[in-house]
Order: sequence, then C-alpha cells, then structure tokens
Amino acid sequence: MSAEKFDIHYVANLARIALTPEEEQRLGSQLGNILGYVEQLRAVDVSGVEPTSHAFPLVNVVRADVRQPGLETEEALRNAPLKANGLFMVPKIVE
Amino acid sequence: MPHRLNISELTARLARRETSAREAMQSCLDHIGRVDSAVKAFLSYDTADALAQADRADREIAEGRTHAEKPLLGVPIALKDVLCQQGQPLNCGSKILGNYRSPYDATVVVKLKEAGAIVFGRLNMDEFAMGSSTENSAFFTTRNPWDTDRIPGGSSGGSAAAVASNECLASLGSDTGGSIRQPAALCGCIGVKPTYGRVSRYGLVAFASSLDQIGSFTKTAADAALMTQIISGHDPRDSTSLNEPVPDYRAALGNDLRGLRLGVAKEFMVGGLDPEVRDSVDAAIRQLQSLGATVEEVSLPHSEHAVATYYIIATAEASANLARFDGVRYGARVAGSDPTEMYERTRGAGFGAEVKRRIILGTYVLSSGYYDAYYLRAQKVRTLIRNDFLKAFEKVDAIVSPTTPTAAFRLGEKTQDPLQMYLSDIFTISCNLAGISGLSMPCGFTKSPKLPIGLQLLGKPLGEPTLFHIAHAYEQATGWHLERAPLA
Repeated sequence: MSAEKFDIHYVANLARIALTPEEEQRLGSQLGNILGYVEQLRAVDVSGVEPTSHAFPLVNVVRADVRQPGLETEEALRNAPLKANGLFMVPKIVE
Repeated sequence: MPHRLNISELTARLARRETSAREAMQSCLDHIGRVDSAVKAFLSYDTADALAQADRADREIAEGRTHAEKPLLGVPIALKDVLCQQGQPLNCGSKILGNYRSPYDATVVVKLKEAGAIVFGRLNMDEFAMGSSTENSAFFTTRNPWDTDRIPGGSSGGSAAAVASNECLASLGSDTGGSIRQPAALCGCIGVKPTYGRVSRYGLVAFASSLDQIGSFTKTAADAALMTQIISGHDPRDSTSLNEPVPDYRAALGNDLRGLRLGVAKEFMVGGLDPEVRDSVDAAIRQLQSLGATVEEVSLPHSEHAVATYYIIATAEASANLARFDGVRYGARVAGSDPTEMYERTRGAGFGAEVKRRIILGTYVLSSGYYDAYYLRAQKVRTLIRNDFLKAFEKVDAIVSPTTPTAAFRLGEKTQDPLQMYLSDIFTISCNLAGISGLSMPCGFTKSPKLPIGLQLLGKPLGEPTLFHIAHAYEQATGWHLERAPLA
C-alpha cells in the first residue's frame, strides 16, 4: 500500500487517539516513510510458509476450574480515576 | 563501598559478616545521591522501604539464614518501571498512568524477594518500552555513565545505566527487540534476554506479548547466571511460560571452550558497522577461538527483513495491548462528553509521540483490507527468520555478532528520524522474532571518547547454559567487564 493512501485521521480514530493537526501532519509523514520501508516484505517469497504467531505455540493451556483468590474490590478500585459504590464511573453511555 | 561489588562479592562478604545488608543498601543510596543527578537512571526510589528490607535481611543473616538457601539475601536490585512491585509507583515512563501504584508483585519480583533481594527503585525507560535511547521517556532522558552527552540505549536504559554506574548490584529490564541487550552493550554491562517463555511475564506491562521477555543486567557473567536462575521457571499465571525444568546455570560456567562450535552470521558483519566495533568483535572471535571454540560462517538470509517484520508484528500487538489505557480503570483521565471522546482525549494527552506512532501503525496493519498484506505476511516472514536460526543451530552451538552497529550515539542524534532509531536495533531484533536466547557483554571500547562495545551471543531455544559458559570464559580471559565508567 502506497504511503499517500495512508489516512492518518481515519486510523487515529480507529485507535481512539485524538491528534492535533500538527501531530497528524508530522506522524502522517513519518508513518509514510516507515510504511515505505516495510514494503520490502512484498519481495519475500512466502508461498507455502505458515505464519508464526508465537515462537513456541502452546495450545489449550488450561487450569483446574477452581475458585482462585483475586484482587478485592477495594484494591481493584484503588487506582480508578473516578469511582462510586464499588464501581468505576464513566460518562453516560446511553441516553 | 559495597555498591562497587558484584553479587558474588557482596554475598561472600555478607556471609562472613564483613558488611551488612543495611550498609550495602545505604552505600547504593549514598552513591545514587552522588551521581544520579548526572546519570538520571532512577525515576523514584523508596528509601524507607529499601532500608526496612535491608534490616529484615540482616535479621535473617543473624538468625543463620545462608546464601545457599536465599542466594540474593541482602542484595540491592532495582526494577525497570515496567514491572509491578506491590505498593510502589509504576508509570512505564509514561504520563498516562498518572499516580498508579501496583496492587501486586510481578512473578519475577516475588522470586527476587523469595531469594532475599532488596528490591527497590523505579528505573527510567522509553515510554512503554518503545525506543532505543530513553529519549522517549515522558520524564527525562537517562545519560550514559561513560559520557553524559550520550544516550544509555533503550528501552531499558535506566536499568543498564544504574548497574554500569554502580547504583545497584543488578537490575531487571525487558527485551522486546533488543531493549536489554542494546543498552547493556552501550553502557558496558551484561544483559540477558532469556528464551521466550523461560521467565514469567506476569506483572510485566505488555508491549508485544509474543516478543516480550524479562531479563537481568549484571556486572559479571556469573551474576547473570544467578539472576537468570532465580527469575526463570514455569508460572501458572503466564500461560506462555514454558513448563521446562530450569537447569543449574552456574554449573555451566567454565573457562574452557573446547568442543564448542560458534557461528558468525555473514549478514551481521556488513556495511554500516562502525570500524572500531568490527575490530573489537573480530578480536573477540579470535579470543573465543584461542579458548578452544571452533568458528564457522553461518547464514541468516532473512535477517535483512527483521526490522520491517518487527515493526509490523510489534506494533500490531502493541495496538491491542495498549487499548487498556483508556482512562476507565486507572491512570490520568481526560474527561469527555461520552466514553469515546474520553478515550480519545485521554490517549491523545497521555501517550507520547512514539507510542502514538506505533499504536497507529499497529492499528493500520491490522485494519480491514490490510491485514493480509502486512500482518499475515510479516508473520510468515517471521517463520522464515526463525527457520534460518534453527537451521544454523544444527551446525553451531551459538552465534556471535556485534550487539549494535555503533557505540552509544549522542542525545538528540536520531530523534528526528524514527526509522534511523529503529535501525539501531538491527542485530538484536531477530532474536525476539525467533524466540531464542541472547546475551550482550562488553568486548572492548572505542578510543575517543571511550565508550563500551558489546558482543552479542545468540543461543538455541533454552540455550542459556551455553551462553553463560561462553560469557564467563570470555570475561575471565579478557577482563573487559572490570572496566568501570567515570561515574561509577
């Protein structure tokens, strides 16, 4: 994908990051360069190659279905920016 | 001056009652007071807690507890600001975590404490471990103790600089693409990136989960073996940790390399390599031969694509991992009229430029329509990179290379061009993609200014004993590790 088709405004929105116009300009051009650099991977022959997601694929790691101790509510809320009644407070989600 | 000792020396003196844990801890704190305004390795440290831990260690020693039972009893060890220590601040070098304090200990911290260590201090780093110089820290840049106009490397720059300047006896860091080995090389200490899964990541703030691994910074190879011994092992709290027994790493230390086969990757001894770095690494290879190792050329043909592969895979994983920093459950929230606006403002204000750059890149390579072209293709190239190593390891026991293409660069030298900064990790990145073991150790110095040069050893999966064996034999033969920085 060529760099000029990279829509920084759209992708920053997907990533839920508010950018200033100056940041959009600067990050957009830097990311264009980086995307240009990673283009080299197109030249690699990967036909018939399986993808690696982990160096040592461990599948279905399970534990016994037994109750484990966890963080107490008060501890879990200790770092909350806003809390009430043992809950995290957030802006209104539905009218 | 116990802060100048290595772990083996300090524990021997503690055992003989020639010094106390309190004296050792106080010596480190006094030294930090003298030099850290110049080195700037520590974000913070809790003096009262550190001394209380030291007093507990002294009581245990008085009660007859030995270092055979608790190998780190009374040894001051500091942490990169990415590892949870209960009740202590954790910021990951970022503004977005606000006044966060960890509610629990990371598994490695539990293990250090069980071994008797005094765990103290938060060491500076590039924000969320994204960087190669600590210049991406939201707080300040750590300086190289050999030359304070230069960077210490990154992202675990604080961990390397603190050990190199004798502010602590050892430290822990994390390595996703070289973040332990590169700063260890640039500051002149021993840095270990264990095999993926060897050390539990529970309580390590995740950057790229398939690449991240915790490891140590020490002053000697024997100390590296000890630290790795203590932090390794299976942990039910990390489902990617390997359920394999941990061998006795210290038993692997020897002075003789006869029978060992070493590989030199022709792709790593190429253009862009500083002549002084090349000369030091060539001399180190000859030294290893004189100790009995045989050396042959190996080929890692896909390593030229490692940086590109890494910056797709690591950023993709980071974009998912860092979604949790949304201002809901912890950290510095910026209010918004609805949750989405709150997330966007919180993340816009809380993350620095490099973190934004990587999250956005990672989001892009995973987004609809681009996934196959970028992310899936990178995962396939990752397979090829890993296969290159596995093939090379059929012929050799370890691979020797420079850790970095140059010695420490100047502050500000690469901050305007992220791609140039990324390329400073060109020799370290493929190790993480392949999931193998790696280590960096001092192998000489540049002439003027005098700056450390790092030798990288890459080992098989779970090949740590071989790395410690080589590192110990080399350091005994050369003594490079004994050279101290002007600020030490």
